[in-house]
Amino acid sequence: MHPLRKRRLILVITMIFGIAVAVNFALVAFNENLMFFFTPTDVQAGKAPKDRLFRMGGMVVTGSVKKAADSVDVAFDLTDNEKNVTVKYTGILPDLFREGQGIIASGKLNDKGVFVAEEVLAKHDENYMPPEVAATMKKKKPAYTDK
Amino acid sequence: MIPEFGQFALVVALVSALIQSTLPFIGAAKNIPAWISVARPAAQAQFISLAVSFACLVYVFIQNDFSVLYAAQNSNTKLPIEFRISAVWGAHEGSLLLWALTLGTWTYAVSVFSKKIPDVMIARVLGVMGIISIGFILFILMTSNPFARIFPVPIEGRDLNPLLQDFGLIIHPPMLYMGYVGLSVAFAFAIAAMLAGRLDAAWARWSRPWTSIAWVFLTIGIALGSWWAYYELGWGGWWFWDPVENASFMPWLVATALIHSLAATEKRGVFKAWTVLLAVFAFSLSLLGTFLVRSGVLTSVHSFASDPERGLFILIFLILVVGSSLVLYAWRAPAIKSTSKFKFISKETALLLNNVLLVVAAGTILLGTLYPLVIDALSLGKISVGPPYFNSVFVPIMVPLVALMAIGVLIRWKEDNLQRMKKHLLTYFVISLALGLLGTWMMPSFTFSAVIAITLAWWVVLNMSYHFMLRFKNKAVSWQGLKTIPRAIYGMHIAHIGIAVFTIGVTLTSVYSTEKDVMLTPGESYSLAGYDFKFSGSNKIVGPNYQGERGHVTVTQDGNVIAKLEPEKRIYTVQRSPMTEAAIDAGITRDLFVAMGEPRGKDGGWALRLYHKPFIRWIWLGSLIMGFGGLLAATDKRYRKAK
Repeated sequence: MHPLRKRRLILVITMIFGIAVAVNFALVAFNENLMFFFTPTDVQAGKAPKDRLFRMGGMVVTGSVKKAADSVDVAFDLTDNEKNVTVKYTGILPDLFREGQGIIASGKLNDKGVFVAEEVLAKHDENYMPPEVAATMKKKKPAYTDK
Repeated sequence: MIPEFGQFALVVALVSALIQSTLPFIGAAKNIPAWISVARPAAQAQFISLAVSFACLVYVFIQNDFSVLYAAQNSNTKLPIEFRISAVWGAHEGSLLLWALTLGTWTYAVSVFSKKIPDVMIARVLGVMGIISIGFILFILMTSNPFARIFPVPIEGRDLNPLLQDFGLIIHPPMLYMGYVGLSVAFAFAIAAMLAGRLDAAWARWSRPWTSIAWVFLTIGIALGSWWAYYELGWGGWWFWDPVENASFMPWLVATALIHSLAATEKRGVFKAWTVLLAVFAFSLSLLGTFLVRSGVLTSVHSFASDPERGLFILIFLILVVGSSLVLYAWRAPAIKSTSKFKFISKETALLLNNVLLVVAAGTILLGTLYPLVIDALSLGKISVGPPYFNSVFVPIMVPLVALMAIGVLIRWKEDNLQRMKKHLLTYFVISLALGLLGTWMMPSFTFSAVIAITLAWWVVLNMSYHFMLRFKNKAVSWQGLKTIPRAIYGMHIAHIGIAVFTIGVTLTSVYSTEKDVMLTPGESYSLAGYDFKFSGSNKIVGPNYQGERGHVTVTQDGNVIAKLEPEKRIYTVQRSPMTEAAIDAGITRDLFVAMGEPRGKDGGWALRLYHKPFIRWIWLGSLIMGFGGLLAATDKRYRKAK
């Protein structure tokens, strides 16, 4: 083979190899870090993974928020109007976290079926309902669709 | 009257854009000088009309004319004047008008600052930009008219989202838009060159300063956004891999690749087809970003309105622009020939690697950003891709990129041999590694990330200095000598040193930050990273359009007072929404950060978030240095010379 062609071939092969490695790397990382979304009903039905982070969305049940007086621990119930799941969180809740508000939490289930949240998200707009949560609520309560 | 006049000016801008994108094209194709010469005045008329239209909207906001729906929704008489002006681009309609005005500004700049470029070329460039303008002005007029009136007229406006009542809103969107939209110039040059069938070094030379300036704006715009998120969103993060952040970062990565491949195309006549494709992709990604942000398909602080009609409009426009560019590319690309050859060990190869790494990085971000949307659109479930994905994919791509960057600067065009540089590179590597280990040893704990980052940073800085000093080989460094070095060279070195500073900032902040949410009653203190945070209670405050509570935290280290921090929790009266104003003691080697959570218990206790963030300023400092380097490179005088 012509030396120039040979060099080019090596260049092309190196690059394809490099890209393949990068893509493989990306896909592995991708699979490991995908977070699925579940509703409280899904969680109660045992559909959520046991040892993996996932996201759960719903409405904060009115009157369920319990804040510790001497630490930043919080517990509250999340509902999709059918089933409830208790969520525990250690830290400061977002400014717009309120009872009756739609939120999304990401975390893991513990042995007792309590959702231990690493992060709690509430949007910076009081009338806002995360689309995932809105869809969840609609499914359970058709009255929401025709306001 | 003023709102109607503003809308009329917008229609005039549309008509100018129509003229700008038809007559000059036909003139260029049929070689009719009179029609070609229409391009510049039409572009300028378009810009002036847009500026007038924008000024009208600003006037509406200053005057608190709440008969205009958009003002009524986003302003308030109690809003301070500077925020009333910036509220103009605080929501969907106005921010689109700013987009259009920014495009108009770039169009105007091209029409004024390109006297040296042949008229035929400029006619086509302005023509392409005109087509983009038409798309956006139509979009505004048809789906998002900021001048629409309401009746009955409300007495008071609904106020601007408190989150946006900040200096950040004044400066971040305009800078970012200048960057986003500035990429349309490189795009227009690429399309014009393809239409003319002359993809030569001249075309690359004309595009380079424009691309660099757009890149500078984009760099600064993104950095400002990150800084704003850090202090105003209240929770101390500087980058969240939020889809909207990604939407601005992807064009940045591709634009960075474009700057480098333009250099190869201009200097050596290689990668012509690839460069054109990058210019198309860079702008397409900024359109994609606009689509993602404006269509409401995303959940983010940036997505204001979810109106499917608007999303569809941009999506169709995006498909038309990308589709027709790619068709043109497919038609013209086979005719593009590289005019020179290069060996494997050469600057060309180095730049190619740079491009591959940057584009792969942009591709992985695209995957992580779009995949959840696609899955959702196909009703296959709801998923999200978290920051761990982006971090674990992005970092391994950036490490070789930064490592190769230093070699890429030193290596010669066309052909070089590594033997020549072996000794030098080895020496510098050993020095960098030693400094990397030393630097990490000074940190609170030993981590490999820190070693890699500090080594890389020194590696870049040393090699840039070495390359710079090569200019003085056999000569003493003199003022005269410094002046003969082209600005582009200074710019390149400075921008790359910016990357080194940025790398240090990102890594040390990520590795060594400490964060704690604590509950403190007045008089209590908490120790974090060697600093004692003492909370001494809070008092009520009243602002122009908010009320709130101000906490008092004294930070001491070994008994010495370091800072007195006063974070606030505000409730904005109109929207009844709470806001967290963090208090930050900024420093070169560390930031101390306190934010108020919520009152807890009966004794005036508060939940507080405390942060110790080492080297976080270096992230933005590095970005500013990059931007400054880019600015120097873009203003090099050889771009101002005639063809």
